[in-house]
This record gives sequence, C-alpha cells and structure tokens, in this order.
Amino acid sequence: MRLRSGVFASSCLLVEALGVALFLRGFFPVPVRSLPRREARGDPPAEPVPPGPGMVSNWTKIPPPLFKKVVIVLIDALRDDFVFGSKGKQFMPYTTQVVEKGTSYSFIAEAKPPTVTMPRIKVDDNVTRHLDKVLKREDWDLLILHYLGLDHIGHMTGPKSPLVGPKLREMDNILKKIHISLLSKEEASLPNLLVVCGDHGMSETGSHGGSSDGEVHTPLLFISSAFEKRSGPLTQPGFVQQTDLASTLAVGLGLPISRNSVGNLILPVVGGKTMREQLRFVHLNGFQLSRLLQENTPAYEKDPGYEHFKIAEKSHGNWIKLYLEGNNSEILLNLGKKVLKQYLEALKTLSSSLSKQVAQYDVYSMMVGTVIIMEVLLLLLLSLPKALSSQAEFEVSLSPLLFSLLFYLMCLMLCAVHVIVCTSAESSCYFCSMSWLTAVGVMMLISALMCSILSAIAKIFENSRPPLKNPVVSSSSWSEIDVLILAGTIGHVLSLGASSFIEEEHQTWYFLINTLCLVLCQELCRNNFLLKEWDPQHSTTVKQNFDSIGEASECKNIDIPAARNSKLGEATSSTEFIKRSDKWISLASPWIILICCRLLRSLNQTGVQWAHRPDFGHWLTSSEQKSELSFLAAVSLLMIFFLVQRRCSLVSKIAMVLGLLGVYSYRAAIGNVIFPWQHASKGISKGITEARFVYVFVLGIVFTGTKDLLKSQVISADSSVKSTGLWEVYSGLVLLVALLFRPHNLPVLVFCLLIQTMMTKYIWRPLKFDAAQITIMHYWFGQAFFYFQGNSNGIATVDVSAGFVGLESYVEIPAIFLTAFATYAGPLLWAIHLLCYLSSEVSRNSAAVGHGCFCYALMRSVPVAIYIVLVTGLRYHLFIWSVFSPKLLYEGVHVFITAAICLFFTAMDQNHSHKVQD
Amino acid sequence: MAAPTTTNCRFRPRPGTDPRAPPVYVTGWRRAGSAAAATLRWPVNRNTMKEAEVRRLLAANLLCVFSVILSAVVPASFWDGFTVFGTHLAWLCICSVCVSTLNIILHLVLKPNLAPKRSSFAHKISRFLKCCIYFFMSCILFHAIIVLYGAPLIESVTETFLFAVLLSTFTTLQCLCMLGPNIQAWIRVFSKNGATSIWESSLQITTMCSILGAWFGAFPIPLDWDRPWQVWPISCSLGATFGYMAGLIIAPLWIHWNRKQLTYKSR
Repeated sequence: MRLRSGVFASSCLLVEALGVALFLRGFFPVPVRSLPRREARGDPPAEPVPPGPGMVSNWTKIPPPLFKKVVIVLIDALRDDFVFGSKGKQFMPYTTQVVEKGTSYSFIAEAKPPTVTMPRIKVDDNVTRHLDKVLKREDWDLLILHYLGLDHIGHMTGPKSPLVGPKLREMDNILKKIHISLLSKEEASLPNLLVVCGDHGMSETGSHGGSSDGEVHTPLLFISSAFEKRSGPLTQPGFVQQTDLASTLAVGLGLPISRNSVGNLILPVVGGKTMREQLRFVHLNGFQLSRLLQENTPAYEKDPGYEHFKIAEKSHGNWIKLYLEGNNSEILLNLGKKVLKQYLEALKTLSSSLSKQVAQYDVYSMMVGTVIIMEVLLLLLLSLPKALSSQAEFEVSLSPLLFSLLFYLMCLMLCAVHVIVCTSAESSCYFCSMSWLTAVGVMMLISALMCSILSAIAKIFENSRPPLKNPVVSSSSWSEIDVLILAGTIGHVLSLGASSFIEEEHQTWYFLINTLCLVLCQELCRNNFLLKEWDPQHSTTVKQNFDSIGEASECKNIDIPAARNSKLGEATSSTEFIKRSDKWISLASPWIILICCRLLRSLNQTGVQWAHRPDFGHWLTSSEQKSELSFLAAVSLLMIFFLVQRRCSLVSKIAMVLGLLGVYSYRAAIGNVIFPWQHASKGISKGITEARFVYVFVLGIVFTGTKDLLKSQVISADSSVKSTGLWEVYSGLVLLVALLFRPHNLPVLVFCLLIQTMMTKYIWRPLKFDAAQITIMHYWFGQAFFYFQGNSNGIATVDVSAGFVGLESYVEIPAIFLTAFATYAGPLLWAIHLLCYLSSEVSRNSAAVGHGCFCYALMRSVPVAIYIVLVTGLRYHLFIWSVFSPKLLYEGVHVFITAAICLFFTAMDQNHSHKVQD
Repeated sequence: MAAPTTTNCRFRPRPGTDPRAPPVYVTGWRRAGSAAAATLRWPVNRNTMKEAEVRRLLAANLLCVFSVILSAVVPASFWDGFTVFGTHLAWLCICSVCVSTLNIILHLVLKPNLAPKRSSFAHKISRFLKCCIYFFMSCILFHAIIVLYGAPLIESVTETFLFAVLLSTFTTLQCLCMLGPNIQAWIRVFSKNGATSIWESSLQITTMCSILGAWFGAFPIPLDWDRPWQVWPISCSLGATFGYMAGLIIAPLWIHWNRKQLTYKSR
C-alpha cells in the first residue's frame, strides 16, 4: 500500500488525538458529582420513619445551628507537629494551653494528595491588618483567614528553619486575639466556634504536593465554649479527613450538607447534644453520602457502605419508635449508642468508596495515552526523510506487519498487563472501565504502532549504510533560517517545563517571530545586494537557472505564476529600471511586518506578569472611546475587504461587502460601536437578526468556494479554479472571524491579512523557500496571532461571548464550535492560508501540500508529546492546577483542531493527485 | 616510507567560491619525516606572519576583556555605592566609553587594515564625521530593533538607548574602526567567506557573539524570580557583555585552531 505523506500525517494526528483524549481523561479524573437537578433541590430527609402504624416523627426540617459565628484560621503548610509537637509547646503557648486544658477538640486531619494550594495573597500582614476592624463588626457569620507565610518559609528554608518559630508565635498571638474577641462577644443563646487548620503540611525539605506523612498530616482544632473542658491525661489526637470539615461545619451552622461533599461528621464536635440530635445529624450525613453514591455508581446497592447505612437507618427507626413511646431509660441510651456506632461505620465506608474516585490521577489511562502519543511522534520523526522527499510517498506494508509474530506477542503481553493492572487496581480507572473490546483494540493499535516503528528503524538502518560517510555535507548547507527554525522549535518545547515560560508563552512566540523577520531581512539583503555585486560574474548562471526553471515549468505545461514571470524578466532583460521599487518594498517588508507585530503586541497585554499594564484594547473598550472604536472598526472592516477581495469572484465580493456591513451593524446593534448619524445611545438588542444575516453570507461564500473546489476535482479544470475556491473558503472564514472578534480585535485580523499578503508577495515567492520552511513559518505566526488576539494560557481569557453571537440562548454545540473557532482563529487562519499558498505553489513542487501537511502535523506533535511527559513528571508541582493544567487543555484542543486541519489538507491534496493521475 | 613526498605549497580551491575564480595558493605546514622525528618545520612565509598576527590579535582582545572587567570593578573604588546592578546606567556609560576608547587606541596603534592611504586632512575629517553619523545611526537602529522586540516605547527610554549604545559599541564601533564607513566592505565581511584577514574573522566572531549574547540575555526576563538582574535591560546588557568577552576570547583561539582551513584571499 502506498501512502502519501499528507494521508499518513493526518492518520497519525487522528491516532494522536485519541491518545491525547485518553491522557486528558486520566489526568482530569471526573470528580464525584451529584446530577444537576431541574426540580426543586432535594429536601433534607426527615428522621427515619419508625416501623408500625401511626407514629411519625415531627423532625423534618434541617436542625438549627449549633454555633453563632465561626472563624476559620487556615495556616498554610501547618504541619501537625507545629501545634501538637515540641515546636507548638515552645512557640504557641496559648494554643497549647487551649488544647490541653481548654474547651476544645483536636484532631489530625489527613489531606488528600496532590497537596497543593492555589496561592493568592502573599503577605500575612495584609490579612492581619484588617482583623481588628472585622472582629468588631457584627455583620458576618463566617470568617476565613488564610495565612501563607509559613508555607513560604517552608519553601525557602524548610521546617527546621529558625524563621518558623517567630512565625508560629505570630500565629499564636493572632489566635489568642481572635479567641478572646469571640469569647467576649458570646451571648447566652449560642456559642461561637474557632477552627484552626492547615491545608497541607510540609516534607523535611519544606516542599509539599506529594503524599508523605509530613505533607498530609495537618492539625485541626475546634475551639468553642460549647465543648467540655479538657481534663485528665492528654491523649493523642485522633485522625480525621480534611474533607470532614465541610460536613461538620454545615451541621454546626445549621445548613444542609453540600451535595458533593464526601466528608463525615466529626462526632465529638456535636457530642454535647442529646442522643436524638446526634442520631439525626449522622443520619443526614449518611443520607447525603448514599445519595451521592447512588448518582455516581451504577451498582451502589452492593456497596458495603450503602448496606450498612440501610441497616443503621432501620435500627434508627426502631430507636425513634422506642423514643416516641416515651421510653427514656438507660437501655435506650445504650441502644442509641449502638445505632450511632452503626451509622459511623456506614459513613466511613461510604466516604472511603466515594473519595477513591476523586483526587487521584488515573495513572494507567495517562500511561496508555502517553505511549500512544510518543509512538506517533517517533513514527513521524522516523518517516521525516521519506515524507519530505520529492515523491512525498512511502510504502507501508500493513499485511506482513499484522501477521508478524512480534505483533501477536506484543498484543498478548499488553492484554495480560491490562488484565493484571485492572484487576489489581484499587482506585477506579477510566481505561479499565471501558469495554474489553475497546481495550483490546487500543492494545492492538499500540502494538501495531510499535511494530511499524521497529520496521521503520530497520529500514533506515538498511538504507543508511552506504551514505553514512558524509553527514557533514548536509549540515553545512543549513541556512540561518533552518538553524533558527530548529533552535526555536526545540527552545520553545524546552521552555514548557517552566511555569513562568508557560504563563508568558506569548513572549516566546513574539521573540521568535521577531528574530525570524530579522533573519528574513538578512536573507533579502543577501539576495538583493550580493547578487547585484557579483552581477558581472553571475548573471550568466542566474540567467541559465531561470531559463531552466522556465523550461521545466513549460514542460509540465503548467502556467508560471506571475511573480515568477516578473522575476524571470528581471533577470533576463536589461535589469536597469525594472522593478526597482519592488526591490525596495521587498527590503522594507520585514520591517513593516515587525512594526505591525509591535503594534499588535501593545493591543492586548496578556500573560500574567504584565497583564495589568495598560494596553490599547482596554483603552478602546472603555465607554468614553466609543467613537474612536467605531472609526477603527469601520476602517478595519474596509481594510479586510480590500485585502481579501482581490482573488475572489464577483459574487463573493458582493457577498463580502454585505457581510462586512452586517458585521458593523451587528456590533452597532449590541452597542459596541455607533453609527455616525446616531447620536444618542438607543436601546441595545442582542443583534440576532444582524448576526444571522452575516452567517448567511459566510455560508454563501464558503459554499461558493466549495463548489469551485468540487468543480476542479470532478471536471479537473485548471488549478486556478481550485485556488480561487480555496481562497473563497478562506475569505468566508475571515468574514466569520470578523463577526466573532470583538471590535477592538479587528485590527488583529487586518494585520494578519496584511502580513500574509506581504510575506507571500515579497518574501516567500522571491526567496523560494521550500514547503517545510513555509509551513513552520506559518505555524509560528499562527501561534503568535493566537496571543495577539488576547489569548493566554489561562482559562480566564477565553472569550465565551463568541459562543452567543446570533443565538437566542445557550445552545451547546454551536456555542462550543463558535467559541473554539474564535479562540483558535489565529492558528486556523494561518493554516488555511498555508493551504492556499502551497496549492498555488504546486506548479513548482507537486508535493508541496503533502509536505506542508506533514510538517504541520509534526510541529503540533512535538510540543504536545513533550509537554505531556513534562506534565506527568510535574504532577505534584505547586502550580499544576493553576498553570500547567490549563495549558494542557489548550494543547489538547489544539491537537483536535490540527487534526481537522490536516484532514482538510489531505482532502485538497487528494484532488490534486487525482488530477495528476488523469 | 609511509610519508608522502612533501611540498610546502598545495593547491586548494577556496570552499564555497566560484570554481572558475583563479586558484588561491595556500601555504601550509606539514609534519616532516616520520613520527619519530616529530619536529615541526615552519616555512618562513605567511604562516609565521599569521602566527604573529594571531598573537597580536589575542593581546588586543585580552586588553578589551580587561577593560570591560575594569569598568565593572574600578569605579567602585572611588564611587561609593557603585554596583553593576544598582547603578546600571552609569556602568553602561562607563563600559561603552572604556571599550570605545580602547578600541580606537588599538586601531590607531595596530593599524590592522593594511592600507593606510595617504589622504588629506579634510578627507580624514569627513571620514571621522561619517563614522560618527554611522555610529549614531546604528544606535538608533538598535534602539528601534529593541523596541520592536518588545521594550517599552515611552518608559525607560534612557535604559533602552544606553543598551543600544552598548550594543553599537560592541559591534558597529569595531566595524567602523576596522573597515571605515564603507557599507560595501561591511556587506562583504558579513557574507559567507567574506573575511580577508584574521582581524575581519575576529570582527565577525565578536559581533555575532555580542548580538547572540544580547539575544540570549532576554531569556530570563519572563521568569518570576524577582532577581535584581532581571530588571530591564540588565540581563540583556550583561548577556551582550558576556557574549562580547566570549567572542574576544574565542576569536583568536578559533583562528588558531582553524588556521589550516582559513585561507584569505590576498589583497
């Protein structure tokens, strides 16, 4: 079977998309969640109905609160021994006294890995200086203080640092202040509660994120006058889970327990209440947990926790019956204790089976995904020399591969591994929960990929024996552009290992495209000046070259592009005055592009560190600048028309004009811009009609383009029909982007089109880059434009408003499609432009589209594969959830989009190959 | 005997040039006799001259390196509170002035461009003025490029401009000393295989290294380490300086290492 590189690359990307999806599913385990309910929120359950007729409990409401005010002091990285150990005795005298003799309960709360914080406020004084004011006020019920200083000390100098003591003393004084203030405010009716806890501990080196004892053991203190005074010998604090705090606080504040909580009530906190109340609380907790279990596990009835709960509920009913009958003896109390014990047992089992489903990376699915992605990358890299050869085709023999012994052995081995892993796994695993057939299919895919990699390696070794002698020759012929492209790609991939470089990734791309423009400038200078300097010697050879090119293209009977004609003319004719201005524009074009990029950079400040800097985008969107914004939008739309129309047919031109007018009137309708004749702001509508008006033209233009493409395929007309068709599809997409972009971002679109035009006319055509170089330059500019339009690697910058353009209300599928399209508009437009450019270059290099598709796939696979490995290694990093995971999502979505683009490329390439065969 | 017959001259076409160009005869050294008699015999011709030139180049370059180091160390002795980070702008000025004076002095003393034309005083003056204009233009050009790379346009103009001056000192000034205000010569030197003497090779290397150093110096700016040297333009100017010093040291070594491959077209 012969495979063209485009087809090969797209199929590789599809497989890779599968691997990415599997990895993402394993990396972001779906947390246990109760189903969103349309009907009224589930009422809290009444007490269990006692058996027998006639008796109904009157406790059907949520029990009243136990505490009036609650203060939670969260001290970041507070390890258990900082409070209960020798350090606590030394530096936290007040807390120790309260723990040992006061009215308090102390526990060791276990954190679940990954033990990370989402840090926000960095200086503790910023928390404390508001404390006095707030404590005096009466308008709050719950106060949460988050002190981060201890964590910083831990990260910098470790738990044994001399800085820890003073910090603990500071915390102790704050606790004392709060406690005294709470005590002084207390009324007879309800006591107050002070909770002291840590979110995670620290290891012996001061870091956290993992699951060692020091990292997961944190102290949990409940201090309230409602509790009995401690007496007798001090006992070791008992172990609870951190998640228990939520349920306990809910009960304490008289609120329903939140539906997705997996915690247990900490019973000693409500120990002062009557037996009936206590039973009521644990029943509420158990009911909530069992409902959560029902919604998340299909076979919930077999769960031991659920069974226990049902038994306990029954005995509870019996107990209520006895109670309501007025039985109030010692026996009832003992019986109550027994029921309580049953409940606690049930709660424990329930929450352990629930929490198994959360807070754990599904490492097996991640591994399978990573293996697939890495195999695809290896395969792409190994087939690089063949795929970029002039035929852009290679022989793939699937049948001997599929019948080889190695393939079957590998399949068997992987299936055995799968069975072993899935039967021994304690936590739930997505890949194991898939059907057996799918799993076997995936295993076969992995082994097939492995076998093809091995065969590719074998082939390379067979072929490369003779010409292995002089690899130096090939490396010495590298131009500056090649060096830059290679170094930039590698450097960018490596930079993904640092969280700051991910936050500021736009800087990397801006830096790279700037350097690219400068190198292009140098290349242009060399092309223009040095050729001229050596003119007397070299004109003959140049002439010969051009002649031969001309002959070659004439032999192929394909029309030579206009630019080539002019170039040919320049070289052969007397060269004195022809196209002198062209030369200077060509020399100036990199600088114009650089200036465009600099302007765009100050349009949208993005990233994290400098995101607060003032930029044009914010200035334009502020309400005073409406007229400026309107002017800018109008000019931009006009420019878009002029830049796009030159290669469109007349019908598309008219449709484009109307569509762009529609865009402006849509923006005017929703109140972003104003018409000059419209002085007062009139009522703001949703602009549904206007937006749909534009959609009609977008579809119309895209349809015309598609029609041309089909025509060029079916009746095999000349290639100009096809390039017009492609350009029309492109202009339709431009119109759609113009509609979806916010008005202040329209200049991004204008500059995108301008740069593409200049690059094509003055840089790529004259300098005759090959398809791979062109593709990589397109990819880089696409990435830069992703950030120019205001995106970042944080989720917050996704413009979801694009998903509502022209829609009455939220409709899932179109909203997702439109948002994704608007977010990835930059890379998409550059990719489609690449296709337009390459298919117009087909006359020079018939395999250009295939090469482009392959390079594009490779450029996407390399960062994704490396990033996935990096993220797996950094999964306990402090910033994993705030920096690395959003980037992972962006990368994943980008892979899916690139797969779609490559399929489109392949479809276009298909047409061409048919034609060549004809 | 295993050793082939020996000649002091051998014919080798210059790599990468037009094969039709007249052949360049290059003198080379060879190992005389067998391995036992491992004595090097130096033909008394251009090679010894080249060795001497390389030594002169090395000395000049080391002087430049020392001037850069001294510009960082010496002012602290008579100026309280001078540090490279703290009073960076002052250091930029001092370093630029030191390096440029030293370069001009070296140029006057060593006269590496071998054709000191007898020319009138007026001609010299116009030449000097031209050089000044070129230097100023290169400062402006570097400033523009730095701003295009993302430096703030309005704030910290002084910092950016002084950085541009430093870069021009490391690159343009040397070119002006060596080649004069002659754009054609510059283009020739900075195109492939365009150097005609070891001084021009050295010029190529130091210029490339300075610019690459400044380029690499921008890398740590986005990192959130909050270090004093991450402030604009310290990391870049330090990068350029280190690149320049590295280039100064590398250039003679590289020329020495590749002295067999380096074949300069005689003027």
